[in-house]
Amino acid sequence: MSLEEYFSLVFSDYTLRTITLGTAVLGAICGMLGSFAVLRKQSLLGDAISHAALPGIAIAFLISGAKNSNTLLIGALISGLIGTFWIRGIVKKTHLKSDTALGLILSLFFGFGMLLLTFIQKMPNANQAGLDKYLFGQAATLVESDVWLMCIITGISLIVLLTFWKEFKILLFDIDYTKSLGFNTRFLDILITSFIVVAIVIGLQTVGVVLMSAMLLAPAAAARQWTNSLGTMIFLAAIFGAFSGVLGTAVSASSNNLSTGPVIVLIAAAFVVLSFIFSPGRGLLFREIRYWKNRNDLQLHKTLAFMFNIAKNHEDISHPHAVKILNNFQGYTKRSLKKLENREYITVSGSMWSLTKKGYKKATNLYNQQEETDD
Amino acid sequence: MSEKIAISVDDLTVAYNYKPVLWDIDLSIPEGVLMAIVGPNGAGKSTLIKSILDIIKPIAGSVKIFGKPYKKQHEHVAYVPQKGSVDWDFPTTALDVVMMGTYGSLGWIKRPGQKQKKAALEALEKVGMLEFKSRQISQLSGGQQQRIFLARALVQNSSIYLMDEPFQGVDATTEKAIINILKELRKAGKTVIVVHHDLQTVPEYFDWVTFLNVKKIATGPVKDIFNDDNLTKTYGINYKVSIQQ
Repeated sequence: MSLEEYFSLVFSDYTLRTITLGTAVLGAICGMLGSFAVLRKQSLLGDAISHAALPGIAIAFLISGAKNSNTLLIGALISGLIGTFWIRGIVKKTHLKSDTALGLILSLFFGFGMLLLTFIQKMPNANQAGLDKYLFGQAATLVESDVWLMCIITGISLIVLLTFWKEFKILLFDIDYTKSLGFNTRFLDILITSFIVVAIVIGLQTVGVVLMSAMLLAPAAAARQWTNSLGTMIFLAAIFGAFSGVLGTAVSASSNNLSTGPVIVLIAAAFVVLSFIFSPGRGLLFREIRYWKNRNDLQLHKTLAFMFNIAKNHEDISHPHAVKILNNFQGYTKRSLKKLENREYITVSGSMWSLTKKGYKKATNLYNQQEETDD
Repeated sequence: MSEKIAISVDDLTVAYNYKPVLWDIDLSIPEGVLMAIVGPNGAGKSTLIKSILDIIKPIAGSVKIFGKPYKKQHEHVAYVPQKGSVDWDFPTTALDVVMMGTYGSLGWIKRPGQKQKKAALEALEKVGMLEFKSRQISQLSGGQQQRIFLARALVQNSSIYLMDEPFQGVDATTEKAIINILKELRKAGKTVIVVHHDLQTVPEYFDWVTFLNVKKIATGPVKDIFNDDNLTKTYGINYKVSIQQ
């Protein structure tokens, strides 16, 4: 199937439509909640939670003996939450730093989960095949009820986000100040962390334990590059996440054997790379251009300022002076004179230059600006 | 003393990992003073402020704000944290940060409206930052960021102001501007408590001082207790400053 075929089929074919919708909604909720993780500098938390969910999936299978995805996700949710609270506990009660606690819980739970998975694979139960899809995810297994569940959870988290918008915003920016205003920061913290855990758990089936954290972080990191407003950032992250989901599904559906989860993550990563390079305010490209332009301008301004100092001693500011007297000053080249002339700051005739009114005004402003910034 | 006590600290002890940071602090701060907390690095100055604000839980002792625990009195207290305690690359504007000062009186869920915005703009004007209201906060200078924090506390319109090193990394002009605002607050009958590092300016800026080095060394009016004896006790070495009275 080619990409064109995919897009012509996506609205009519039941399976394709379900998968596309599912990955889009998943991308949106992950982008939205991932913004919180990124702004709280808890980027690794998502990784730890998703890995911590693995033993829960295995244990839920062992207890129920069936591969019902809802049962398994409840198992994932419980062990994900246990992992999260252990991390909080370790950080609070011991001298360990949070990155150590995260790494510890991540590998401990993941190791235990892998152990259980190999144990299950050796069991004489035909049912066990395919449990390892939770490692890297398999979007093809999404059914309509899964998509409904994702939509409901996205809806609920959107309502909670809008209700506590002001509280979340201040919590993200300055937690001590939030406490001093009398807000219960513990409640807010648990609320936001719980939603991140839920978002991770519903994504496990599609993207898998190993790559899930990229779904949270990549859209948020990309969105941060384009805006200086929290609301816009969260909105953009949701859009980037949704597009990663749709494009990833499209690419993987149109070329056989490409696993959907990794493709979605790669496309989200492409959003990050493009944002880091091309975003106007913070992007590398424009920063380089601005830097280069500033250096150029500075050179011209230096020359102009020098000319201004000579010209201001004369009654007539456009009194011609010899180019020669600029020789003592290193900022001047033939090219910079030409540039100043092009901007109509000076006029050059033969070996004489004179400042124009425009150039005089510009130079005066330069000085004023300098005084302002020096203040 | 006949004045009302704004903050009373009783047998306060705080420890991080078994190491005491504050040891058995007793403190009565009368209403309407402009007080400096001085002491060397690691003396527990910030910890004392955070304990008063109920941000850090003590292992013993209690703090009362106008005779009641902090939980019931938080609307009477405004806090200016250390500038370095937040990430200034957070996606928001100067006005938005100052608006946060109104969140406490709004309480849960309720959104700020025109009234809150007006108050925030007034506070920005007071600290001379009105023209920067739409500026992304990472594009403000250190002194401007400090003024934004001050404006955020001013919006709260509280009776008590607790400030953690508001003069850190600001230039002379900003320092003058800030101290003028603090003196205005005192004139309006507010209690202002400031963690301060520059001992030279203590007599000029403040009327009350607390010497702290894990234990409380002394507290009282600057003219009575700001002397070489207390400075030496606090800083350990023979610490002499010329005090211009």
